[in-house]
Amino acid sequence: MLDRTLAPHFGAIERIKLLEPGHIKLPNGCNLYYFNSGEQDLVRIEWVFGNLRFNPAKPLLNSAVVSMLTEGTSKLSASQIADHIDFYGAFLQSEFGYDHSVVTLYSLSKHLGSTLPVIKDMVTDSVFPESELETYVRNQQQKLQVSLQKNDVVARRTFNKAMNGDSVYGLAADAVDYQQLQREDMLAHFKQMYQPSNCTIFLAGKIDDSILRLITDAFGDTWVNGTETADTTQPELTSAEEHFYYIEKPDAIQSAIRIGTRSINRSHPDFPAMQVLNTILGGYFGSRLMANIREDKGYTYGIGSGVTSLKHGGSLFIATEVGADVCRDTLSEIEKEINLLKTELVPQEELDLVRNYMLGSLLGSLENVFSHADKFKNVYFAGLDYTYYDRYTNIIKAITPQDILSLANKYLDFDQMYKVIVGKY
Amino acid sequence: MVKFNRFTLNNGLRVLVHEDNTTPMAVVNILYDVGARDEDESQTGFAHLFEHLMFGGSVNIPTYDEPLQRVGGENNAFTSNDITNYYVTLPAVNLETAFWLESDRMLSLAFSEKSLEVQRNVVMEEFKQRYLNQPYGDVWLRLRPMVYKQHPYRWATIGKELSHIENAHIDDVKAFFKKHYTPQNAIMVVGGDVKTEDIKALAEKWFGPIPAGEKYVRNIPQEPEQHEERRESVTAKVPLNDVYIAFQAPGRMEDGYYAVDLMGDVLSRGNSSRLYRSLVKDQQLFSDIHAYMTGSFDTGMFVVEGKPLETVSIEQAEAAIWEQLELLKQNDVPADELTKVKNKTESTLMFSEMSLLDKAMNLAYYELLGDGDLLNQEADHYLHITAAQIREQANRIFRKDNSSTLIYLAEQNTAEEIETDKSQY
Repeated sequence: MLDRTLAPHFGAIERIKLLEPGHIKLPNGCNLYYFNSGEQDLVRIEWVFGNLRFNPAKPLLNSAVVSMLTEGTSKLSASQIADHIDFYGAFLQSEFGYDHSVVTLYSLSKHLGSTLPVIKDMVTDSVFPESELETYVRNQQQKLQVSLQKNDVVARRTFNKAMNGDSVYGLAADAVDYQQLQREDMLAHFKQMYQPSNCTIFLAGKIDDSILRLITDAFGDTWVNGTETADTTQPELTSAEEHFYYIEKPDAIQSAIRIGTRSINRSHPDFPAMQVLNTILGGYFGSRLMANIREDKGYTYGIGSGVTSLKHGGSLFIATEVGADVCRDTLSEIEKEINLLKTELVPQEELDLVRNYMLGSLLGSLENVFSHADKFKNVYFAGLDYTYYDRYTNIIKAITPQDILSLANKYLDFDQMYKVIVGKY
Repeated sequence: MVKFNRFTLNNGLRVLVHEDNTTPMAVVNILYDVGARDEDESQTGFAHLFEHLMFGGSVNIPTYDEPLQRVGGENNAFTSNDITNYYVTLPAVNLETAFWLESDRMLSLAFSEKSLEVQRNVVMEEFKQRYLNQPYGDVWLRLRPMVYKQHPYRWATIGKELSHIENAHIDDVKAFFKKHYTPQNAIMVVGGDVKTEDIKALAEKWFGPIPAGEKYVRNIPQEPEQHEERRESVTAKVPLNDVYIAFQAPGRMEDGYYAVDLMGDVLSRGNSSRLYRSLVKDQQLFSDIHAYMTGSFDTGMFVVEGKPLETVSIEQAEAAIWEQLELLKQNDVPADELTKVKNKTESTLMFSEMSLLDKAMNLAYYELLGDGDLLNQEADHYLHITAAQIREQANRIFRKDNSSTLIYLAEQNTAEEIETDKSQY
């Protein structure tokens, strides 16, 4: 007779096996890493460029330039670029990130010969046509108006600005910033930033010599550096004195809450342990914040915490949207949960669960060859190598309740955290 | 090509197995053939509320999430107007834990009052977060009852109103479970590093003893064809005007579905699509515009949605949209353009095979439509569509007397409010 009250036996979760990338250093200084695996005849190629030093007077240059790479070169109009990419069933993204701007191409391998020249044109010869710039500015301003009506967006902007000041991490652009975008500035920015010595290429998919040759031909000898090296240093981050921000929305039926602090990034030895601490606090469905504030009290549809790791620092934050009437209560429950981690040892059973959950997630995060490239990028841009994941796995397996307690006391101080509330309080 | 094996248990549970040994993970996806369309008009939002309750403990296992996380697994679920779909990913070595958990909640739930109480609150907060506290968040609550007068698609999955959730009683919950959560009303797909023979044994062991239950016979009113123009406008606290034009369209298995889907791509897929090219870029009338089809099992909705620039009147905006629709009625889509949308569809299907979870979900979905192998025939269906078929569908669908137009008008004072927010940074 089947006893359904007994859980089946379960086994140890194996270590992840990561694909070592091939590496080619092109003569122009551009590094190419490639990951070969999979059955489908398709590839993902990313061109990653370091963002230029933040200029407070022209805060949107980095993001506007990458967004507009699709809007025209001296040979191709925006519509020709779009037609070409779409015709070959490819997908093209050009996106701004805090540290890097990235052009991504998803293409069937058989069409690479047709799609690659378009990318080459975009990263070497974008011209930012005046009329396209006007359209971009107008549409961005309209989108911004919609975003600013969302409490969670306003909370995130306010939080980032308070914690990181006038910097690329603290940027909270307004309509005027868009208005000030000038074509000449964008051209100069483009010229300095988009050159081989500031570019790393990541290629993932079913890779053979002919594909590698297509890429090295297009982005090797024929792509040359300019006279001026890209300045990718960033000014020191400055945090605001004021730690509490309340933006009232009289009609709000929910309030957005964001609480957190600047913290260590991946290159710090404590980072893997911080990820364990974060997971316990709010990093998975069974976390303490979810268990208390959603599953016990029903105050919210979701609450979570996260750690971010950027080039110039990391952060730890908690975010949620809760019923306006329970906003204060939620805040004191968050404080209670943080303090509990600092005063009481995590029960062994809970910690074991979190260990297995994290090891399972790590294993599951390697879904396909693209995920291997993503894992590599995480460590590569933090100045680390694949041994990071061995250390990460070992720390997850060995960390003790006492370690968690010390870590919480070292890094979590509710009183010193930035707190933002948008809605009613 | 997604290969699979299939068998059915004596109690009617259909099981599909997709062996993929390139991953150390496994996926268990269980689709229940029940959605918001199966709800009573006086108890809407029930299928979705029920999805939440499925995590509140089952007859022999007090919590669902905890034992799964303990073996390195993750899970989630979603509800649509047609189906409710649950999925688990976990290391393949611990696959049996998923069978244990899923079979117990198919057998029976714990039906705890506390769980119902909490999930009622959670769902009400979800209702507020997604539908009420967002600009344009209530669009589906308004648009559905315009397009549908008879069919239960006239309400959204979240429900018609908060009170239906608020008044949900434990007896209603039990009755819903008995009616819909039976083995013969479910399809299970197991994928990843698994063997069909092992899955047969596990399925017999854990799911075999579950009673078949009574067969649910769906008998819901179908929507009569629309022969009148419908129109509503609402003044709301939104930053920009917004135009929605919805048309009744073919259901998922009806003639014309593939032609209409490609027509949606011609209008709105990628930056080379007609609406973006003509109305955002060339004529500069909208900041944002999209067209898409809902893909419902019964009569679907084809929706065109756009935010006109502030200088553009609603009449102008509507006229410009209709002009694009008229073009599709009067002229064949040129061969190159048709090839383009077909290429895009083909490569999208190929990229979706990179994800184990997507493959498992898709197999379950197509099995419900009649045969899991329809997934592998999908590309062919699109490739055979002709320009004449698209034109025929355009003439069938894009009629004024088949349209429901919903206009959001921005309240005048919103702009000032944004200023207030910024001053508080």
